[in-house]
Amino acid sequence: MLAIWVMGCLAAREALRERSMAVANRKTRPAKSSVSAKSARRDVAAKPAAKPADKHAAMRAATPAATPAAKGSVAPVLAFSREQELAAYRQMLLIRRFEEKAGQMYGMGLIGGFCHLYIGQEAVVVGMQMAIKAGDQVITGYRDHGHMLAIGMDAKGVLAELTGRRGGYSKGKGGSMHMFSVEKGFFGGHGIVGAQVSLGTGIAFANRYRGNDNVCLAYFGDGAANQGQVYESFNMAELWKLPVVYVIENNRYAMGTAVTRASAQADFSKRGVSFNIPGAKVDGMDVRAVMAAGDKAVRWCREGNGPYILEMMTYRYRGHSMSDPAKYRSREEVEKVRTEHDPIEQVRARLLARKMASEDELRKIDGDIRKVVNEAAEFATDNKEPDPSELWTDVVR
Amino acid sequence: MAELTYRDAVTRAIAQEMSRDPDVIFFGEDVAKPGGVFKTTVGLYEQFGPRRVRDTPISEQAILGAAMGAAMTGLKPIAEIMFSDFFAVCFDYIANEFPKSRYMSNGQLKCPLVVRTANGAGSRFGAQHSQSVENWAMMIPGLKVVAPSTPRDVIGLMAAAVRDPDPVIFFEHKSLYATKGEVPDGEIVDTLGSAKIVRPGKDATILALALMVPRALDAATRLKREHDIDCEVIDVRSLVPLDTRAILGSVARTHRVFTVEENPRLCGWGAEIVSIIADEAFYDLDGPPVRITTPHIPLPAADTLEDLVLPTPDRIVETVRRSLSA
Ligand SMILES: Cc1ncc(C[n+]2csc(CCOP(=O)(O)OP(=O)(O)O)c2C)c(N)n1
Ligand SMILES: [Mg+2]
Repeated sequence: MLAIWVMGCLAAREALRERSMAVANRKTRPAKSSVSAKSARRDVAAKPAAKPADKHAAMRAATPAATPAAKGSVAPVLAFSREQELAAYRQMLLIRRFEEKAGQMYGMGLIGGFCHLYIGQEAVVVGMQMAIKAGDQVITGYRDHGHMLAIGMDAKGVLAELTGRRGGYSKGKGGSMHMFSVEKGFFGGHGIVGAQVSLGTGIAFANRYRGNDNVCLAYFGDGAANQGQVYESFNMAELWKLPVVYVIENNRYAMGTAVTRASAQADFSKRGVSFNIPGAKVDGMDVRAVMAAGDKAVRWCREGNGPYILEMMTYRYRGHSMSDPAKYRSREEVEKVRTEHDPIEQVRARLLARKMASEDELRKIDGDIRKVVNEAAEFATDNKEPDPSELWTDVVR
Repeated sequence: MAELTYRDAVTRAIAQEMSRDPDVIFFGEDVAKPGGVFKTTVGLYEQFGPRRVRDTPISEQAILGAAMGAAMTGLKPIAEIMFSDFFAVCFDYIANEFPKSRYMSNGQLKCPLVVRTANGAGSRFGAQHSQSVENWAMMIPGLKVVAPSTPRDVIGLMAAAVRDPDPVIFFEHKSLYATKGEVPDGEIVDTLGSAKIVRPGKDATILALALMVPRALDAATRLKREHDIDCEVIDVRSLVPLDTRAILGSVARTHRVFTVEENPRLCGWGAEIVSIIADEAFYDLDGPPVRITTPHIPLPAADTLEDLVLPTPDRIVETVRRSLSA
């Protein structure tokens, strides 16, 4: 399994390099309205001669061998500036420390119900967040703590929701899986696997309807990718050219089931092929690769070309939720990813190697983050329980 | 006799039926190799092999559709939907396909399948993983609906469900999985549509289902001890078919009836039973039927709030006492 994972990452890198050459000449394309894109496509269908006005459509018609996966998948990994490296480091570390704390507090009985940790996958949300702008929206499933921290939601409010306190984002009524911040563009936090995919499609529809250039990131897992509504959404999104990036977080497992035991086509970047949605496989442990791919995908959507699929090759270090001892995989498998591919260690190593930061500076960052997390933990522990009258607020009567 | 957990009773029930009939197959998400997220099906994969016990992708529609497809040809699938809340994801099969096939095909098609699912609250899972949706199933003509409260009944009712020629929705309760009970050795087979008087009494009838049964029993003990009120507790067990004879018989003896329901109040199963009682036993009643339910609101995640919404022994005691002294 691990070998497959590593190969997946390597293949993603390779593909990246190869294809960046192949598509260099169609990297930029003018923004266009859906109407013109659509009519362009119709023209192409009518007469196979490529229409220069729509290179994407032209390529679809002209080169049947080029799958959309291949088409979409090129975003050269660019070096980060010192500021970018440090920002990514900080954000990923915040998520890591937050999740470790949540795990501890769950162990102490302060958190009940489900608690799905994001440890190991930090580079995905942090890299994607670096690729979007204010006004863009994010929606995901139940493994949502990292997404909320990355989008700038308050660690205190998130942790207090986990402990079921009145200071939580949903006053304790939502719990770990269900939190929202419309202000920050975070639309949840959904417990039903796959639901967020169509919801994200609808958010993108609203962007298109309003004529703004915002993009929605709809995150879901490798397991969720086998839900029917995912494909209903893909079809609709491409048909209507909706600005949604489907970010598939392939962490190799859906609960206790490894990807290959559940998926006939385990290359999720190809899941949009029959809908003509471009897709790319990305090394989701390298925040730079995530940002580069995210940037490309988001631009594609912003310019009115329709949806985009990004398959993030990543890995969750912990069990599916806090109650899962993860006996379906070996300790060695986890250890190998941790030591060889850890997303945070990668940045740390680069920062030090390139003398962009000293051990001391990094220690200080770590200290600052621990402080933020400890304060959040204190808040989430001391904050009062919700008033019983909250049972009757925000209910439909 | 052996003491068994409700959880292990599920495994034993499925094993009992699979050993008996090679047409019984079992599949669902994480049920085979991992043994179920609630560890209710540990060992079945090892015992019956990958041909008969399968892990599926997270594809509820395909799970139920395939179960019905196989059932139409005579296989007897047991399909697991991990949480009953997810019925909403695959409701077409539950509402339009299973229950109508026999009727629409002029009796040619049968749908001998069982959908088992983890129902109910108590685990702080919040609004999308804690619901009691037995009333969703009960409302559809063409389905049978059971919800056992003890390990013994898990086995007996599962056997009855598997052997039944019609689709049966089998609600297990998450908060009962760890509970234990005596289970006789050998094969256990019950009949669908039979309620059980789990505590005889003369002053009032309390009707309960699943997790509410132990709570009703607890309340009945306290009502007797603290208030000298002698309640008869009936475990309804099967909502469709419904054992109206047992229910009406009890009401005729006690003249008062209370329902204890975990489903939300509006259109809960007790509403239907109370309506039947009003129709058929109105003059047996000495007072209005009273429903003790979860309020008609989504379920909160926070433990303090969740504990407030489900009917508790305290609430049952208080309600019964007040109603009888009024
Ligand atoms: C419709 C539905 N089916 C099943 C579940 C139970 N469930 C919750 S998470 C999960 C696994 C999802 O795996 P994946 O999509 O890979 O996401 P990951 O947990 O790896 O982040 C399952 C089966 C659910 N919540 N909703
Ligand atoms: Mg996964």
